[in-house]
Amino acid sequence: MTNNKMEMVKDLPNKKITVTRYFDANVADVWDAWTQSELLDLWWAPKPWKAETKEMDFRNGGYWLYAMVGPDGTKQYAKISYSAIEPQKSYRATDAFCDENGNPTNTMPSMNWHNSFHADGDDKTKVVIEIHFANEADFESIIAMGFEEGFTMALGNLDEYLASRA
Amino acid sequence: MRRDVFQAIADPTRRAILALIALQAMTPNAIAEHFDSSRQAVSKHIQILAECELLKQEQQGREIYYHLNIKKMKEIDKWLEQFRNIWESKFDNLDKVLANIKSKRHDK
Repeated sequence: MTNNKMEMVKDLPNKKITVTRYFDANVADVWDAWTQSELLDLWWAPKPWKAETKEMDFRNGGYWLYAMVGPDGTKQYAKISYSAIEPQKSYRATDAFCDENGNPTNTMPSMNWHNSFHADGDDKTKVVIEIHFANEADFESIIAMGFEEGFTMALGNLDEYLASRA
Repeated sequence: MRRDVFQAIADPTRRAILALIALQAMTPNAIAEHFDSSRQAVSKHIQILAECELLKQEQQGREIYYHLNIKKMKEIDKWLEQFRNIWESKFDNLDKVLANIKSKRHDK
């Protein structure tokens, strides 16, 4: 449908991943799709999961409480808290897994987001997502390691290493 | 205090050590021979990597050999793949949602 490719840039010293993606729509539509729960429900969950909003209050200090519903009906709740909202420009968000009442569960680390929206003509919008990892929890370390440039070499050597150990 | 893994692998010497032992397990001396820095400096780097569980050590006779911690490496690999797939899938969904909004407006 489109040839818009996602780009991922890793910035290890700053513990940051930047994802950039263009969309064939104007900035108002793209902004709505990211900030209105009826629209988020339609795309936020990767297939075959579905997103189901429980509460949405998109304003500074507000949050989106939603469930990821699996094909077998299992629900994983998550909460995204918003701040620094500049309509149709950018906002900050923090995500965390939680129970159905929005109380955080500590099974996974939370991430800090900064999403910005840039019009590129009347019918194209660039979305830049900066994901910042604040802590040094195991899971985050894993992410950072994998994302670090130059580490790919070591990963490429892994097969060889495994073969030599067999 | 817990070591910061981010810092651990931001260092080029430590990344080089990881790449080296990915090929074969090595003793600290063998690793040090690949670098111009002092043995103490290299040994400090090894210690940091071991504290972050990127390396595993194994005693063979009187020598200590360092291995890559494969389990940790596989986790990285899997996580990365998932991360990319999840976002690509979400963005494909979003493309459709946006196209829908547009065509509905057009119909009006």
